[in-house]
Amino acid sequence: MVDITDYTEDEILILEVKGEIDASSSLSLDQAIADALKKNYRNVLVDLSKLDYISSAGLGVFMSYIQEFKQKQIYFALFGLSEKVSNVFQILGLDQLIPVFPTLEQAKNQVHGV
Amino acid sequence: MEYKHQVNCSKEKLGDLREFVRKVLDRLEIAEFQKNELVLAIDEVCANVIIHSHQCNAKDWIQLTIKTDNPQGLVFEVIDSGKGFNISKYRTPSLEELIEQRRKGGLGLRLIRKIMDEVHYEKSTHHHTYRFFKKCQHK
Repeated sequence: MVDITDYTEDEILILEVKGEIDASSSLSLDQAIADALKKNYRNVLVDLSKLDYISSAGLGVFMSYIQEFKQKQIYFALFGLSEKVSNVFQILGLDQLIPVFPTLEQAKNQVHGV
Repeated sequence: MEYKHQVNCSKEKLGDLREFVRKVLDRLEIAEFQKNELVLAIDEVCANVIIHSHQCNAKDWIQLTIKTDNPQGLVFEVIDSGKGFNISKYRTPSLEELIEQRRKGGLGLRLIRKIMDEVHYEKSTHHHTYRFFKKCQHK
């Protein structure tokens, strides 16, 4: 099961993802990112600090939006990954394709060019 | 020892399968990161079989066996009575292709191949067997 909420901070849209993303729950993530795109924010960050598990179904959702974020010139990044979740991104090299930060503060610094 | 678990072909059962694999691996003296990777790889195998071989038909079932007796490593077997697919011959698309085509699928087999040391497929009259071997790193 996965629970996704969103809020804004300093004009950045932040999605908070809690629980587990696998083949049965990845549609919720897909829908949440599709909805985030419609809100026309220049910056979208995803908080994965409360994500306990991710399979390829979840990774595939993130990957499928890389082009769209790029085309719409929206900055998209992830932050707060646990060691376990981070390892899954690293196995496939996705941490090289999507910016990943340890904390929200560091992700925001990147957005604001600090 | 040999541990068996059977589930219906519903994606909602993947959580049960992960819990089963985790419980078996917790009995063994292997590194935590490797337990996490093996749970992930088996989740990927079973998701592929449930979705592609059974089209998520909950009346069908798959059976997972974990064999822990081999001192060289662990053997995982998934028995599937659906359409089956030759996992050892399936081409994994490149990351560039997946990004370009905005595809959400295609990463699972790549993960399985990166995590498992050996991937085998066997077809018999009534079922398909997907067999995986992983050399273990002890704690």
